[in-house]
Amino acid sequence: MSATAVEVSRQHVEDFLYAEAALLDTWSLDDWLLLFDEDAKYEVPCNDAPDGNPDTDLLLIDDDYARLRARVARLNSRRAHREYPHSRTNHQIFNVRVADPDGDGEIGVTASFTVWRFRGSKTSCYVGRYRYRLRRSDNGFRIAFRRAELDMTDLRAVSDVAIVL
Amino acid sequence: MSTAIDAAQMPIVADDPGAQRFRVHRSAMTSPDIHRAEIERIFAKSWLYVGHESEIPNPGDFVRRPLAGRPIFMVRGVDSGNVNVFHNSCTHRGALVCRHDSGTAKVFSCFYHAWSFDTEGELKGVPDRDAYAGGVKFDELGLRRVARVESYRGFVFASFDPEIVDLQSYLAGAKDYLDLVVDGCGGNVELVRGTNEYSFNANWKLLVENSIDGYHAQSTHDTYFKYLVSIGTDLQGGVNGRAVALGNGHAVIEYSAPWGRPIAKWEPLFGEEARDEIDRLRADLATRHGEERAHTMSEVNRNLLIYPNLIINDIMAVTVRTLFPSAPDRVDVTAWQLAPRDELPSLRQRRLDSFLTFLGPGGFATPDDVEALESCQQGYAGGGVEWSDISRGMGRSPMANDEEQMRAFWRRWQHQMGSAADRAGAR
Repeated sequence: MSATAVEVSRQHVEDFLYAEAALLDTWSLDDWLLLFDEDAKYEVPCNDAPDGNPDTDLLLIDDDYARLRARVARLNSRRAHREYPHSRTNHQIFNVRVADPDGDGEIGVTASFTVWRFRGSKTSCYVGRYRYRLRRSDNGFRIAFRRAELDMTDLRAVSDVAIVL
Repeated sequence: MSTAIDAAQMPIVADDPGAQRFRVHRSAMTSPDIHRAEIERIFAKSWLYVGHESEIPNPGDFVRRPLAGRPIFMVRGVDSGNVNVFHNSCTHRGALVCRHDSGTAKVFSCFYHAWSFDTEGELKGVPDRDAYAGGVKFDELGLRRVARVESYRGFVFASFDPEIVDLQSYLAGAKDYLDLVVDGCGGNVELVRGTNEYSFNANWKLLVENSIDGYHAQSTHDTYFKYLVSIGTDLQGGVNGRAVALGNGHAVIEYSAPWGRPIAKWEPLFGEEARDEIDRLRADLATRHGEERAHTMSEVNRNLLIYPNLIINDIMAVTVRTLFPSAPDRVDVTAWQLAPRDELPSLRQRRLDSFLTFLGPGGFATPDDVEALESCQQGYAGGGVEWSDISRGMGRSPMANDEEQMRAFWRRWQHQMGSAADRAGAR
């Protein structure tokens, strides 16, 4: 049986997303990076253009693998001042929907997220929607594409997106 | 404004050229009285950037945004083709008449009692008009215009002060630098879709200083320079240049720096295949503007302050940024990306890429600036240290990593604030 013919259960996808969230919340960013294929993208569009296209529009984050690796290196250093010391975060995932694999065997996943961030005495909350494209691998899934679209109309209450959403 | 009666007895800005010392009393960043006086004496008396004409290219196109906390909107008149800037308030009982952030409209209707206005501000519709006696002059009840509106090279400014000097006189030496930015982009620019709107807990003047501060780059943005090294950028030469006061509080730092510029300095981030295209852009600028000006457009970075609160940084990309105080310890930032109109898709993509490495709330640098400024603001709360020192580079020809550009801002600020910027009065 080919990999694409295996039915992908929502539970498997949810388990993967929860495991990913746990890596982010424990600041295990090197391990988190291992979830990505080297042609992967990580995008966060601007609040006023959630459908933003990185080829033509300004995004908040448009990382290819090299820049994602640089982002991780930055956040692991003691000189990413906005995140040193690190925030406590809690990545929460809801409303997970899994599409059938496409022709390339990639599985489209959408989910709602709430990411809580606590640092000093400040509380921030990011709310939005994840869009993933996942690939099957021997031991689960790999991330081909990960995009976090924010529902907040602006970033006034949260100041920045220095953490990984 | 600068009459004897109005002058400060104990100025917040202590400018001592003899001793080559320049200090700012920190109550400037913490006092609610100073904040209120700034709204009256600075934000109500200056030319303020509203938006860019490219945001409203067609008749009826509009954008709305607060201007120094006041709701306004900018619309291209259907009849006149002019850029109109109106107070966003129905002349009847006050509700907002423009309730979308952007769009296209022929009519702005107040939903409360259904009074309606056209794009030139004229009052068009009043339900049951017959109920009004003759004392109500409907032709005088059009939307109220912001007192003055002028634009320069597509940048639309407005002022709440009907007596203010014309915009070009106000811009003084900053006008040439706007020309450099726009002409460097081929003379025809637009704002890219996608806006950065963020706020943080620091006084707005700290972000004015930070936006034109060469001194902090190496220490605060170490992780950004490490990223440049990781993609193969040569950091030799560092950040090197000069600071210039441009009159009326405007100032600029202009300098060479390791990073690439989409117009027109190649760097590894852009990829080998981009070399020819960037060389061609560079040669084209030399043909049109001469080698010296082409060099300034291509290899020289500009962090430009247009007093009091517009920043145009022409660096690894061009960002246009406004900063407004909503409280002494709170600043609302709105930032856009400026780019040549009809730029080749490959060039636009590189520009977007270049912008994001450094700039914006998700970039490798802006969050650390936010951290630095919030950290300053927290430091002021203690009150133990009364003064900040901004003397760097006094007594020499000011460099880009000196503080002359900030002193230009603060001198103008003190002058405009007059007696309101007095340590005895600031609480």
